[in-house]
Amino acid sequence: MKREYLDITCDLMIIGAGMTGMAAAFFAATRGIDTVQVGMTSELDFSSGLLDLMAVHPIKEGRLWENPWKAIDALVRDCPRHPYALLDRNEMNTALSDFLLLLKQGGLPYHRESDRNVMVITPVGTLKPTYAVPVTVQNGIRALQEKAGCAIIDFQGLRGFSGLQIVETLKSDWPDLHTYRVTFPNSTGELYPEHMANRLELPEARAQLAEAIRPHINRADYVGLPAILGIYETKTVFNDLQERLRRPLFEIPTMPPSITGLRLKNIFVRQLPLSGVRTFFHHKVLKASYIAKKGFRFEVGPQKTKFVVHAKGAVLASGRFFGRGLCADRKRITETVFGLPVYQPADRAHWHRKSFLIPEGHPINQSGLETDDQFRPLGTDGRPAFSNLFAAGSILAHQDWKRMKCGSGLAITTAYGAVNAFERLCC
Amino acid sequence: MKTQVLIIGGGATGTGLARDLALRGIHCILAEKRDINAGASGGNQGLLHSGARYIASDPSAAVECQREGRLLKKLAAHCIEDTGGLFVAVAGDDENYIAEFPHRCAKYGIPAHVMDIKDALEIEPALSDQIIAVFRVEDATIDPFRLSLANIAHAQQLGARLLRFTQTVDFKIVNGKIRSVLLLDRRSGKKISIEPEIVVNASGAWAGEVAALAGVHIPMRYSKGSMLVTNTRITQQVVNRLRCPANGDILAPGGTVSIIGTTSERVESPDLYCPEIHEVDLIIEQVAAMLPILASTQYIRSFSGVRALVGAEDMSDDRNVSRGFTLIDHSHESEQIENFVTITGGKLTTYRLMAEKTGDLVCKHLGITQPCKTHIEPLPQTADSKWTKPGLAPRLWIQKKNPKDQLLCECQMVPQSAIDSITSSICTQNGTPSLNAIGLRSRVGKGSCQGMFCSLRISSYLYDRKEFSDTQGLQNLCEFLSERWRGLHSLQWDLPLIKFELMEALHCGLFGLELTCTGRRENLS
Repeated sequence: MKREYLDITCDLMIIGAGMTGMAAAFFAATRGIDTVQVGMTSELDFSSGLLDLMAVHPIKEGRLWENPWKAIDALVRDCPRHPYALLDRNEMNTALSDFLLLLKQGGLPYHRESDRNVMVITPVGTLKPTYAVPVTVQNGIRALQEKAGCAIIDFQGLRGFSGLQIVETLKSDWPDLHTYRVTFPNSTGELYPEHMANRLELPEARAQLAEAIRPHINRADYVGLPAILGIYETKTVFNDLQERLRRPLFEIPTMPPSITGLRLKNIFVRQLPLSGVRTFFHHKVLKASYIAKKGFRFEVGPQKTKFVVHAKGAVLASGRFFGRGLCADRKRITETVFGLPVYQPADRAHWHRKSFLIPEGHPINQSGLETDDQFRPLGTDGRPAFSNLFAAGSILAHQDWKRMKCGSGLAITTAYGAVNAFERLCC
Repeated sequence: MKTQVLIIGGGATGTGLARDLALRGIHCILAEKRDINAGASGGNQGLLHSGARYIASDPSAAVECQREGRLLKKLAAHCIEDTGGLFVAVAGDDENYIAEFPHRCAKYGIPAHVMDIKDALEIEPALSDQIIAVFRVEDATIDPFRLSLANIAHAQQLGARLLRFTQTVDFKIVNGKIRSVLLLDRRSGKKISIEPEIVVNASGAWAGEVAALAGVHIPMRYSKGSMLVTNTRITQQVVNRLRCPANGDILAPGGTVSIIGTTSERVESPDLYCPEIHEVDLIIEQVAAMLPILASTQYIRSFSGVRALVGAEDMSDDRNVSRGFTLIDHSHESEQIENFVTITGGKLTTYRLMAEKTGDLVCKHLGITQPCKTHIEPLPQTADSKWTKPGLAPRLWIQKKNPKDQLLCECQMVPQSAIDSITSSICTQNGTPSLNAIGLRSRVGKGSCQGMFCSLRISSYLYDRKEFSDTQGLQNLCEFLSERWRGLHSLQWDLPLIKFELMEALHCGLFGLELTCTGRRENLS
């Protein structure tokens, strides 16, 4: 009988291609683990490109922490089931350093202050506490700290980004913040950040843009722009425009899809295959089965099975509902790949609170997979469901990354922890 | 400030009354605590009843519905989609009720034609193959926002004044007569004193509370009804369950969606309810008996309205209380206030009749003999009311093809020019534009993104237009998203839950609105 699919054998299967899956694939590749990665990359389109570690605890009080490590200490003390409790500071720091190094080597350098959160301006004029930012965002942090003379440039035709909105919202604390609207070179009508970023990779477009901006920045020490300064050649675009304007520049991430997120995604999609990971993006695991003493067998394809992957072990980084790692009907929440037990409130009436912006967050956000101290998700008997299955990222229970501001940190450090555990237990 | 009539309440009745009086040449001021249709006038299925639903429980209300429905189809056609309706029984339904239904309808002159089940399934393929009887009736759907906005706009053209977000806080009564009414502008905090010749309490479910300010007791009960909005339009016609009115009986199409409902649950006060999860599950289960696809279809929103029921306080089933209206002349009641009238209860379908009867009573008090004109004068279509219509904004946008007129709401295709038109009409209605006010007057936030992206585009646009300043945009985002969430929180499974996660990631994770808006009032526009 003719088989309609290819067999692939590997040591480690990574399920998921969001921030966690990408980080896990990176860590596995750097350890020389023979790795296959399967997943949809579309969730990364919604990334802001800002990497949070930990900033708010307790969320009910909305308390902001300047030092993310102290915030983590307090969190782990108060919420010992949070996934951060499975890692020590050294491991977490190594994970972050390795990850940022990989980004830098891929051409996307980040800036962080080792034990301090920074505040980044958002398009609605709020200040977001985060940990590591693309270097193109860095000058904005300084401008904000100094409350320096600063010009925000926005564009006729770019929806959802209003310099006036940012200035009006921040003006009581930052009187020297101003805004100017310019016309993007050779454009009429609708503008999209991706098109603008592509255009600016051409030197003549940058020269024209600098001409358009220059008359407005005489009194400004800094110039802020929506994140449009190139996608692939960001460093060149950024430095060139900065020289032309003779002012420190910074980008403000736009509403998603933001270029700062697309750049991250591009790095992963380009670099991972180069570092030896066999990636099957836009594919998903259609069926997973456990074969005693051999490991897992995964049927993989976009819709119908195209490959069968045999792996010694797996890292489940399939995300929550948006990533399709969890799904819910009117009665209960289930895990989509292995059917693992999901820690969850008793019934749907207890999933959400009636106020959307309630500080303590919605109970459903704390649902997810519970694991042992080796990141192995637990079965119904409270013991690891499989000896060789590890879970990482937002699918883990007992965290609320959106309110704690710990999303990327959780993704990167638990990916690191899960890959380490795999290496320890399965290699 | 002086006026002949102060109307309290800007729902269908209050706005209808403002127009009724204005057409008779009577000056009035309408004071509304929140915004147009903030109560049950906005929280209903938009049904223009043929009357058949009440044929057994309340024949006189049924006849009123039938007459008014026919009249409105002629005079307010731009607010109405004349869908026609079906009454459908499924296996197990009360056979006596089914058998008597056509005779009862005939007795009161309400058209109901029996249909072949095969024909019904052909016309409405979503119907269950378990149906055992079908009748065709004259039901239609009506856009209640369009209706009230058109009524108040016409009244304003004729000289009436509208005060939005203006709450009635006190009556000054001397010798059994209201001398002045103290109003509070809830946004500025300023107080306004009005000296009306007569006051009409048209505050719907709040009628008891308003009357209490004048020292008048109205025995009121409150019945909450909840409804769900589907992602697509399930049927062309209104579909009713052919049984004695109960929970989850009706599906009403509304443009590109369908609205299913309702429930009837006793609540303690008329204020701010949202659908509970058990109500949602009950409605789906019940309506799915007629239309099985509803068990698995996508829902995009749910909402509740509170019905005002006036009368004996000991009745056990709120559905048995008449859906007819109550008009009280307080000069005849024990409290004896000579210039105070309350109109409450009733149905959207009979709003015009309620306004007419109230207008007649007001005229009697004022000694004016001008007759009512709303049963002969067509309701003019106004710019203020047109944007709630699904498909209108995209059609105009495509016709004009102006590349600079960008879409701010992509799901429902609402461009800048439509937002400009809406904000200017809000300003002429004595208001300041807010995202919620725009949402009420358009399709914004009602599409598949549930407002998570369009709210951002519109708030930045309103800053550009200098409609917003300071941190107003943040406050508006918080209020708008909170309002949307009221309609989403009971529908969080499957796709809505996935969208919710993205919305929370964006608005909390990235923008930190939960940190910014803590303690803000979520429901003031």
